Amino acid sequence: MAKSYDRLEGKPHLTEEWVGKAYTFVCIMFLVITISSMVYFVASKGLSTFLVNGVNVGDLLTGLKWNPEADIPLFGALPFIFGSFSTSILAAIIAAPLGFCAAVFMVEIAPKFGRKYMQPVIELLAGIPSVVYGFVGLSVIVPFFRDTFPGQGIGIAAGAVVLAVMILPTITTIATDALAALPAGLKEGSYALGSTRYQTISRIVLPTTLPAQMTGIVLGIARAFGEALAVQMVIGNAPHIPHSLFESTSTLTSAITLSMGNTSMGSVHNNALWSLALILMLMTFVFVFIIRMLERRSKL
Amino acid sequence: MAEIALSAKNLSVHYGAHGAVRNVSLDFAAKSVTALIGPSGCGKSTFLRSLNRMNDLIPNCKVTGEIWMKDRDINAPGTDVVAIRQKIGMVFQRPNPFHKSIYENIAYGPRYHGVKNKKKLDEIVEESLTRAALWDETKDRLHKSALALSGGQQQRLCIARSIAVKPDMILMDEPASALDPVSTAKIEELISELKREFCIVIVTHNMYQAARVSEKTAFFLTGQVVEYDSTDKMFTDPERAETSDYISGRFG
Repeated sequence: MAKSYDRLEGKPHLTEEWVGKAYTFVCIMFLVITISSMVYFVASKGLSTFLVNGVNVGDLLTGLKWNPEADIPLFGALPFIFGSFSTSILAAIIAAPLGFCAAVFMVEIAPKFGRKYMQPVIELLAGIPSVVYGFVGLSVIVPFFRDTFPGQGIGIAAGAVVLAVMILPTITTIATDALAALPAGLKEGSYALGSTRYQTISRIVLPTTLPAQMTGIVLGIARAFGEALAVQMVIGNAPHIPHSLFESTSTLTSAITLSMGNTSMGSVHNNALWSLALILMLMTFVFVFIIRMLERRSKL
Repeated sequence: MAEIALSAKNLSVHYGAHGAVRNVSLDFAAKSVTALIGPSGCGKSTFLRSLNRMNDLIPNCKVTGEIWMKDRDINAPGTDVVAIRQKIGMVFQRPNPFHKSIYENIAYGPRYHGVKNKKKLDEIVEESLTRAALWDETKDRLHKSALALSGGQQQRLCIARSIAVKPDMILMDEPASALDPVSTAKIEELISELKREFCIVIVTHNMYQAARVSEKTAFFLTGQVVEYDSTDKMFTDPERAETSDYISGRFG
């Protein structure tokens, strides 16, 4: 009799729960510490350009000339900021309609064929290394632009096309999920009023899933914004704002990857590159914030 | 005999190899309510969805037979399905308002069918909402989201939306089954009002509802019509034993 009551004290169970709780807590703390140390490191390095080396924040953000190794070094990062934004946003403008229409085809037009064959192919695009994209861009897209348009071929247009292909899987996958999650009743309601499939998709499906579509697009822009290698290979890396889409320019990421190895820790040039990294990081936070806002809106 | 709005002849529906509706022939009188009753899975909803070709949207679903509207077989190949659905509206089990304003929900159909004039659209919206007994509740918030309405109001909005494209017929697939009793009563009242102008076919699980709103009732069992007669006769003196068993609650 006494034996069966032993379990009521429940010590083994409590220990088990405690170990589980402690283990998951350690894991989350590890992540939090890693991320916050990274943020701290990038911020302290990036800010020392202004705090230690006395560079003006405004000069860095709006200056047009980047020449850190000159006798009077110049740290105008506006060309890089402009390059990053223009390539990413142009990439999203190219990829968004493609992604949405591909998703419509896979969900609405040919669900069997689309889900079985098209989706894996598009997801495969996400797994291709960025150096391959850059290489293809350099040997196919750049020569094409050079022969078709005035200019050297390299530049924002080539970067945007390469990035568009790279972010297409992200946009398509999110668009597909959004379309598939749409309640069937909404579409039936539209059909029952005598509307065509085109009308239903353009007037009901697209507006209703717009917040989710926007999330996909912002995620795509965020990915394009942070992509370094492929862009660096096709953009030309000249540190000035170009006069056309087919003229050499540079982005935040390509400026960092190109020069980081050639500068010594603690030098002004090195710190200035960290400042660029800080701008990249802050922009990523902004993108995440926008996505959160969109998700909140789509729940209403 | 009253004017016939729609007439199904030997209609069968197959999902792949499975026959959901077999050789059903029914006539629906204009300006009256016909109820389709029967236990779950008897094919009544499938039959209803075939009448305005909604089953075309379902892969593997094959509808054979004839559906005569005036003097056209609308189930024949080459029929303009989109035009058919404008003539035969549908209200679904779950209210499915679009994620738009109340006004836009109503204006959606007419605008597509060519009404561009703002004043004309305003008139259609007011008229449709009034006839769906929703105008008084919504006239002050026409441009607010339709999703903020209650379930019963949403369903009346869906009915108003159907009326707005000026159909001849309205098909209702258990329109009140997701609603509370008060909202249900309002929908039933509305159906009795609408039958002055439209041919209404309503699928319902609720036999009392069928008895309350319909002139004629068809009893479905395993994909076939067992009995089709005036509602009074069906509920008081059915010909077939299955009908009386179902109506008296012995199965179903």
